[in-house]
Amino acid sequence: MLDLSLLVQYGPALLRGFGVTILCWAAGCMIGMVLGFALMLLRQVPVKPLRWIIRAYIEVIRGTPFLIQLFLLYSGGPSIGLRLEATTAGILGLGIYGSAYFAEIFRAGYQAVPKGQVEAALSLGMSYGSILRRVIVPAMLVSTIPAIVNMMAILTKETVVLSIITVPELMYEMQTMAAETFATFETILGMALFYWLLVEVVSRLGRRLEARVTRFLTHASPQGSSSETATARA
Amino acid sequence: MKFSVIIDALPYLLGAAVTTIWVSLLGVLLGQVIGVAVCVARQSGGRAANMAGGVYVSFFRGVPLLIQLLLIYYMLPLIGIDVPPLVASIAALGLASGAYVSEIYRGALNAVPHGQSEAALALGFPGSSIWTRILLPQAFRISVPALVNELILLLKASSLISVVGVAELTRTSQTISASNYRPLEIYLAAGLIYLAINGALALFGTQVERRLQQA
Repeated sequence: MLDLSLLVQYGPALLRGFGVTILCWAAGCMIGMVLGFALMLLRQVPVKPLRWIIRAYIEVIRGTPFLIQLFLLYSGGPSIGLRLEATTAGILGLGIYGSAYFAEIFRAGYQAVPKGQVEAALSLGMSYGSILRRVIVPAMLVSTIPAIVNMMAILTKETVVLSIITVPELMYEMQTMAAETFATFETILGMALFYWLLVEVVSRLGRRLEARVTRFLTHASPQGSSSETATARA
Repeated sequence: MKFSVIIDALPYLLGAAVTTIWVSLLGVLLGQVIGVAVCVARQSGGRAANMAGGVYVSFFRGVPLLIQLLLIYYMLPLIGIDVPPLVASIAALGLASGAYVSEIYRGALNAVPHGQSEAALALGFPGSSIWTRILLPQAFRISVPALVNELILLLKASSLISVVGVAELTRTSQTISASNYRPLEIYLAAGLIYLAINGALALFGTQVERRLQQA
């Protein structure tokens, strides 16, 4: 197994790599969610061509490999004047990739909000902005958290692919170490175990968060419908 | 944008797409075999089998495919099996897919009414034929949409085998764009080919689903 002195020698590089992994993942998730939410909202606008464009975007992103999207952004970008550093391209790529999936998750959540709640809020004279903020989004959170956590776990795994366009994340640093020490197999096995643990932790934390949010919303809203969802899920 | 670049490269890209398709199909086939075996073992094989299956599923779903691929590619030579990249790739795709397929089947089996196997038992069916003649066929029908989805996901994931040098669509796109310095056009074309294959697969899936519903 891994020679421990290697860890001393390569420890800093690996830690840096891990930092980059986490950074790319967190930033990618953020961009993906914000973009996905915006896409979901834009899809509600009753302009047909706009809806077609958004649907096409989602279909294209979901129908092509992430690696091809990354290559397009990183290697193809300069042809149209878009010169990105590897890490920036990686983060943006993750965000774009995630946005299509998040948009669909949010859309499902949006549709799951009972129409009556929105109508009730409208008849109370609330503006669309505050209906969105105080009625739709909280209700959406309850139903979409499991899917969001799942997608975030998938994105942790996708960060590994960034190493192919030379983003200096953990996988990349590990491969460098493997190439220099010839301890290829041990390194990759170590990586496998590490990611197994990471994905496990992310989904555990996600489940805890899910329980938290659901409970919070149950207490926060005295109205029936969201607490019903909560008990059904628990 | 120069479309002539795409037209020049198209024959090579399409040839590589054929590789992508058959590698993915072999991966899915292997995944089916492993998935069904793991699922049956977990459901009927006692606690040790259930635990081993659980660890398998958790490992192959929790570890990124790229790492699994490298693991298999570098591990098999260590135990004396020298494998070409293509074989390692199909093995990796199959093992990963098997973990997902076994979960798909588990869900589908749960959807087969319990009374079915009880009725078969009461009629004196032996255990093995309850599986092969009652449970698995019904589970298969229920799981067709999920299996087609799995095939599409695997086809996209197969782009990663370019890393170990298999000349499939992604790798070929890389090679071509490295020689003509036209990455934008080439990757765009590759993306469209992937999109077309996946669209066809999705369509095929709906057809099969409709067929099975009629039967």
